[in-house]
Amino acid sequence: MTSRAIPATEPSQPAIPADLSRGQLLEIYRYLRLTRTLEERLTALYRQSKVIGGLFRSLGQEGESVASAYALERGRHRDILSPLIRNLGSLLVMGAKPVEILRQYMAKADGPTRGRDTNVHFNDLELGYLGQISHLGDMFPVMAGITLTFKMRGEPRVGLVYIGDGGTSTGTFHEGLNFAAVQRCPLVVIGEYNHWAYSTPAEKQFGVKDLAEKAKGYGIPAVTVDGNDVFAVYAASKHAVERARRGKGVHFIEVKTYRRKGHAEHDDQHYVPPGELERWARENDPIDRYVKQLLRSEWVKEGDLAEIDASVGEEVDRATDVCADERLPEPASALPGVYADPPAADTLWFRRV
Amino acid sequence: MAEITFLEALRQGLWEEMERDERVFILGEDVGIYGGAFKVTEGFVKRFGEARVIDTPISEAAIVGAAAGAAHMGMRPVAEMQFIDFISCAYDMLTNYVATARYRAGLSTPIVVRGPCGGYVRGGPFHSQNPEAAFFHTPGLKIVYPATARDAKGLIKSAIRDDDPVLYLEHKWLYRRIKEQLPEGEEVLTPIGEARLAREGKDLSIVTYGATVWKALEAAEALQQQDGVSVEILDLRTLLPLDDAAIMRTVKQTNKVLIVHEDTRTGGVAGEIAARINEQAFEWLDGPIMRVTAHDVPLPYAPTLEDYVLPQTDDIVKAARWLAAY
Repeated sequence: MTSRAIPATEPSQPAIPADLSRGQLLEIYRYLRLTRTLEERLTALYRQSKVIGGLFRSLGQEGESVASAYALERGRHRDILSPLIRNLGSLLVMGAKPVEILRQYMAKADGPTRGRDTNVHFNDLELGYLGQISHLGDMFPVMAGITLTFKMRGEPRVGLVYIGDGGTSTGTFHEGLNFAAVQRCPLVVIGEYNHWAYSTPAEKQFGVKDLAEKAKGYGIPAVTVDGNDVFAVYAASKHAVERARRGKGVHFIEVKTYRRKGHAEHDDQHYVPPGELERWARENDPIDRYVKQLLRSEWVKEGDLAEIDASVGEEVDRATDVCADERLPEPASALPGVYADPPAADTLWFRRV
Repeated sequence: MAEITFLEALRQGLWEEMERDERVFILGEDVGIYGGAFKVTEGFVKRFGEARVIDTPISEAAIVGAAAGAAHMGMRPVAEMQFIDFISCAYDMLTNYVATARYRAGLSTPIVVRGPCGGYVRGGPFHSQNPEAAFFHTPGLKIVYPATARDAKGLIKSAIRDDDPVLYLEHKWLYRRIKEQLPEGEEVLTPIGEARLAREGKDLSIVTYGATVWKALEAAEALQQQDGVSVEILDLRTLLPLDDAAIMRTVKQTNKVLIVHEDTRTGGVAGEIAARINEQAFEWLDGPIMRVTAHDVPLPYAPTLEDYVLPQTDDIVKAARWLAAY
């Protein structure tokens, strides 16, 4: 960058990294806090059996989710990302609303998929997010196609897609990434090394040490960053996004992080070595680290953060109040919309006799 | 008015849609400079450029998935499977991602996945398949399977214009064997979901599609001449959704039904058709619904073996004769 924004800090303070402003620092903090608070609320609703199916937490991975998405251009018809179940923060950054997440997990009639699909499996292509399906890797070919379209139309837009360490073992991950690399699609990949694929450790998924090594096989540049360092993830993502926007093709960012909850809430994590979860929580929580850095460098004041905490709490309370007692979908609403034409499947005869 | 082949009709349909709508583009293996393994897209890259005729890696899942992503963004991709046998590599993308997209997420995915299918050409187990049954029970997909040059053109054009994902199965035995006069300048659009009465008759109906439409026509002619049996033939053209009305109409016309397909028997489309006739026109039947299909084995290579496994014209004659006498 040749020009910098007006410094937001006093000269005696260390400069804020990656050209972020003080306002942006607080905005990032808000998304981090919102992600964690919303998931804590979901856990409570899960224990009350109000969440219908499984609940997938991103505890410990909020930093890389929020920071990577924050590097995109947001707004209508701008960049598009495809999140996984542990990228709730990315969805929120792109403009998904807490009430939509809550409705989706509780299968409400007025949720984004009207009770048809689960958790973060929903989308708003105008705002720029396309939810995954459960088959890991499948969003790679799809995001290759979306970013191929950006290229075909000469639009200065970028796509971003997430994959976990386990997900890189799938065929569609390979096929999609290779396709995007060959076509030089404007696509950024966030490879999340969170150590666990359900109960399977990374060393049983692949023979390389770092996910970034895999990128060599596709002829694309790759970097490994500390996934729990918000600034590092943001800076690497920003670089990759700008590079993709300039027509330089695919870029792979490996974020080393840690999945501190089970695959889903039912998973008791008995396979995790004793002390490991506690150590990551104590020493390497992405939000704690971010807050410490903000306060130590005096970029923000504790009061600013407390204010955000309070407003996030109120926002999640309000969203819960709005939708917790909403109705489930009408049973027969299961039939329309399989096709554009015909508009609905027929009710079968035994329901009519 | 010149006669054109099934393959040329398909080519014309693709070409006209590319000319008509700049959102239409083609992706697949060797579709560009080589023009496709069967030359369906020969000359396309020269006319439309590499951006609209894309040579891809050997990655059927990526081809279909990328087509889906582009379709979400408003494009109208036509994905070629070099041989339709390889569509199984994209089974996950088609059934889990593409077919469910509108229902679960409101995503429009107007893609066409097309490719050469079928046997009678000594292609062996992996260049002869008929994959329709694998996709037939997937809500969200449409499947078309033309038998005539007119429908080869009319269905590719309708498939491209359809707002839902369409599998377009083109029988390679028909590519250069079938010729038809198609008036130049006529807009040929075959409606998806409508069967075609390929021959009128009164004693017995054959419900079929694809290459076996032609074998059934041969059989009907033989039966007429040798036995004086009048056979009606319904060419389904679209398998998903099935044209129930046309099937029941012919059942009520002749009261006897022989269902013929080249695909293997168990779990094949014929079973579903028989079930529907049983549910919707049971009292109109004067005999059992019978099937002529391939035997339940992978399709072998040697001519003696392939001919034994696949349904032949003579098999249809014998089966129809048996049913007519029932």
